[in-house]
Amino acid sequence: MSDTDDPKAGWPLYEVFIRGKRGLNHVHVGSLHAADDRMALTHARDLYTRRNEGVSIWVVLSGHITASTRDEKDPFFAPSADKIYRHPTFYDIPDDVPHI
Amino acid sequence: MADTDDDHIYLSLAEEHGDGDARWAFGTGFEDPLHGVETAVPAGVDAVRLAADCAALADDALVGAQRLAEWCTRAPELEEEVALANIGLDLLGQARLLYTRAGQADGSGRGEDAFAYFRDADAFRSLRLAELPNGDFAFSVVRLLWLSSWRLALFTRLAHGAPDPVLAAVAEKGVKELTYHRQYAADWVVRLGDGTEESHRRTVAALAGIAPYTGELFTGAPVCGVAPADLRDEVTGVVRQVCAAAGLELPEAEPLPGSGRDGDRTDHLAPLLAELQSVARAHPEGVW
Repeated sequence: MSDTDDPKAGWPLYEVFIRGKRGLNHVHVGSLHAADDRMALTHARDLYTRRNEGVSIWVVLSGHITASTRDEKDPFFAPSADKIYRHPTFYDIPDDVPHI
Repeated sequence: MADTDDDHIYLSLAEEHGDGDARWAFGTGFEDPLHGVETAVPAGVDAVRLAADCAALADDALVGAQRLAEWCTRAPELEEEVALANIGLDLLGQARLLYTRAGQADGSGRGEDAFAYFRDADAFRSLRLAELPNGDFAFSVVRLLWLSSWRLALFTRLAHGAPDPVLAAVAEKGVKELTYHRQYAADWVVRLGDGTEESHRRTVAALAGIAPYTGELFTGAPVCGVAPADLRDEVTGVVRQVCAAAGLELPEAEPLPGSGRDGDRTDHLAPLLAELQSVARAHPEGVW
C-alpha cells in the first residue's frame, strides 16, 4: 500500500460487513474510502447504518481480501454439482426452527 | 455489550417486529424519543423561560445544521460529506423537537415551521459561533468540536436534571448523537493538527479564529437550571485534551463583547436565514 503515503493519491478502499439486528452473520454491504481503519469504521457507521440496520460492523482493506478468480471456477465449484448426497435433504425440519 | 438482547443472536432472532417482517433488512426498531412523555408543562416551571430556552437551543441546532448542510457537494470526500450531513440531520431533529416544545410552552401553539422559517435574524438567539461561515474544513471541524462538546455537556445535565420532562427527553436523545459528533470532530482535529504542515497551520488558524467566539458559551442566565459558567471547565478541558493529542495549543483570546443569546449577531446570520427560509416564504402554505 505504498501509494497511501501520498495524501493526494486518495484513500484506500475498504469493504464493509454489517450484522443486522436479526442477522446471524455479517453480510457484505458495500465499500468505502478511508485513510485508516478507525476512519473506515466511522465512515461505515455513517454510510451503512443510517436506517438503523446494524448492530455490528466489520471493515477490512479491500487489498487484504483474497478472492477466487474466474479461471478457477470449474476446478473450484464444478465438482460439487453432482454430489447430491452432500445436501441434507433427507431430514424432516421442524416448522419452528428458523433460518434453515 | 455482549449481554444485550441485540447482541445475542438467538434472542434477536426471536424478537418480534410488528412492522412487516418482509422489510426488516431495510432497518427496523425506530423509536419516538417522546413516546410516553407527559407534554404538559409541570407546575413550578416558568413556561415563558422554558419556551425561550428551548427556542434558543433549537436556534443553535438549526443554524449549525444549515452550515453543515452547506458542505454537501463541497466536502473533501464523499464519505465526509455524508458524515457531515448526518450530523446536520441529527441537529435538525433536535431543533424540530425543541421548537415544537417552545410553541407548546409559550402558549402560542406555533409549530416548528413558524420558528424556523418565519422569524427574522433579530429574533434568533443562537450562539454566534454557530453562524460563522464554514471557512475551510479545519475551521468547520474545530467549530464542531467546540459546539458539540459544549452541547453535550449541557444536554448531559439537562437529561438528568431538567425540570421539564420533554426537554429532558430531547436532551437524553441528543446525548447519544452529540457524543458521536464530538468523537467525529475530535478525530479530525487530531488528524489535521498532527497531520501535514499545511493541515497543522490551518487548524492553528481555526482555533485562533474561533477563540473569541467561545466566551459566550459560558456566560448568561441559567438554561433550565444549568448555569453556562458551570460548563466551562468540562468543555475547555475536552477541547484542550484533543488539542494536546493533536500537538496543538489551545489559544486564549479576549471574548467578543455581547452574546448571541441576547440577540447580538454577526453579519452572517441574515444571509444564512435568507437561503434557509426562501422556499417556505415563497410558498407559505406549501405542504409536501
